[in-house]
Amino acid sequence: MTVPGREDAVSGKPSVTERRLHPVTPLRRAWAPIAVVAGWAVHDPDQAQRHLTRLTTTTLTAALAVLVPAAALYGFLTWWFTHFAVTDTELRIRTGLLFRRTAHIRLERIQAVDVTQPLLARVAGVAKLKLDVVGTDKRDELAFLGEGEARALRAELLARAAGFAPEAAHEVGEAPSRQLLRVPPRVLAVSLVLTGATWGSLAAALVVPPLLWLGTHSVWTVLASGVPLLGAAGASSVGRFVGEYDWTVAESPDGLRIDHGLLDRTHETVPPGRVQTVRMVEPLLWRRRGWVRIELDVAGSSNSVLVPVAPREVAEAVVARVLPGVTVPTATSMARPPRRARWCVPLWWRGYGFTATDAVFAARHGLLRRSLALVPHAKVQSVRLTQGPWERARGLADVHVDTGADKTVTARLRDAQEAAELLREQAERSRTGRRGARPDRWMT
Amino acid sequence: METGSAGSAEDTGAGDGEPVWTGLPPGLLRMRRLLLVVWLGLTAVATGLLLGLTAGPVWASIALLPSALTAWGWVMLGRNWRSWRYAERADDLLISRGVLWREETVVPYGRMQLVEVTSGPVERHFGLASVQLHTAAAATDATIPGLDPAEAERLRDRLTELGEARSAGL
Repeated sequence: MTVPGREDAVSGKPSVTERRLHPVTPLRRAWAPIAVVAGWAVHDPDQAQRHLTRLTTTTLTAALAVLVPAAALYGFLTWWFTHFAVTDTELRIRTGLLFRRTAHIRLERIQAVDVTQPLLARVAGVAKLKLDVVGTDKRDELAFLGEGEARALRAELLARAAGFAPEAAHEVGEAPSRQLLRVPPRVLAVSLVLTGATWGSLAAALVVPPLLWLGTHSVWTVLASGVPLLGAAGASSVGRFVGEYDWTVAESPDGLRIDHGLLDRTHETVPPGRVQTVRMVEPLLWRRRGWVRIELDVAGSSNSVLVPVAPREVAEAVVARVLPGVTVPTATSMARPPRRARWCVPLWWRGYGFTATDAVFAARHGLLRRSLALVPHAKVQSVRLTQGPWERARGLADVHVDTGADKTVTARLRDAQEAAELLREQAERSRTGRRGARPDRWMT
Repeated sequence: METGSAGSAEDTGAGDGEPVWTGLPPGLLRMRRLLLVVWLGLTAVATGLLLGLTAGPVWASIALLPSALTAWGWVMLGRNWRSWRYAERADDLLISRGVLWREETVVPYGRMQLVEVTSGPVERHFGLASVQLHTAAAATDATIPGLDPAEAERLRDRLTELGEARSAGL
């Protein structure tokens, strides 16, 4: 239980109105006992069969008569005890039946806002809302809210986070957005066909089970290996297509909006100045078509794809919108490591490259599957120089740049002298870069 | 190869000119060497006695192995200790370490999320404390071990103060 005095203080404030989640939420919890039984049956089929034959109709009905109300009660109580409230500076989530838990999420620390709608939630007209702040986890999402309510809440949270006055924040409403890019389904399908991982997992799913059958002649081993492999193959081909279907990137004063999904719809919003790293990945088979994928890292957020597939020029235009004032450096402007680097990394040394513009630290790696990472100077948390004995013998060193999204970008195999200078310069650049960075409350 | 590398490490440090480097106090080296001698000495005595009594005095010479290891470790610990140094600049903290695998870290004060002073039981006995800096990036590994507790606290307070003055978000 919470301290009574504190609770009074919180509820005593007139501005805080606590709200409950959508009444459909308890139904979600009701699945739990059924899922447990199903999981047990799949895990241990022989025993489940034996138990099933022993069950009579009376015991079955008795069990159901106990289980279903218990699940319903549990669902209802968790819903009843979950409250949330938006204050001037925080989103407060109060939850827990036995173990009380109160999360206060500071709005100016927002890194991203996600509204997701799984298929069943779309049927029921509800949505989940999650505020990404460094350190939040699955428990801090608001599931479920009414569809319209989720949108309104997102608009309000963003308005408050942007620095609008609390009275105005309610009326500001959704910021207008302008579409930057939409991935056509045909392009998405072709891009997945041209991805090695799709074929790799499919081949594994088709080859491994027959081989196991020849080796063991046991149905169970074949099933045990085949089902996960088929699942992986499905997830990497059909699953990705369904998840990335109708991928739309739009721009609004509240930041980037990324909407996607065929069955489960996801709407992400990344406020301005939250992007820590942008990566442009170019798989080998996409090169002829000039396609790239753009990934981005935001602190505390698990979403990493910005654009699943797009022609290079379009992708570069999107990057320029995401990181204002940044032009993607061309391959020719990237300095390769010196020739002697071939003794450290044979052949692949050619794939490395580095350049620093006045806005970003850019490092490239990979020979077949090229990847170019851009870090705005203002996002650099620390700079490190490392040098192993083998590198020192060749007069080379690596420079690492750590960002707040727990990603490290490395300029590998630079000349040792150059690397030492780069270390000093980069520290200086990220210091001055921070001065020009936009405030956390982007509308102030 | 190793002596050469140690020399070059010192050269680059002196070549910068600008930052004022501070080394670690000798207490850490004393502690590490003592621990090394105690543990490997015990191992040497134990193996020597065990093999001498059961398998004969020839086999007992295997106990020379930990002794050689002690001598080698003695030198290595010294070199490693000499390689550690840090410099407080106007806007960032520099930490340089390592003999074979050199690493130099620059952490801007404004990026520090947390400064930690830790001291284990053994360290406390030798009057030592370490200062650890955390930024929002977990990869930032900025630790200064084996400082005087007073120096560690001074550093912590100074870093916190500078961090507040230059604080920047993510």
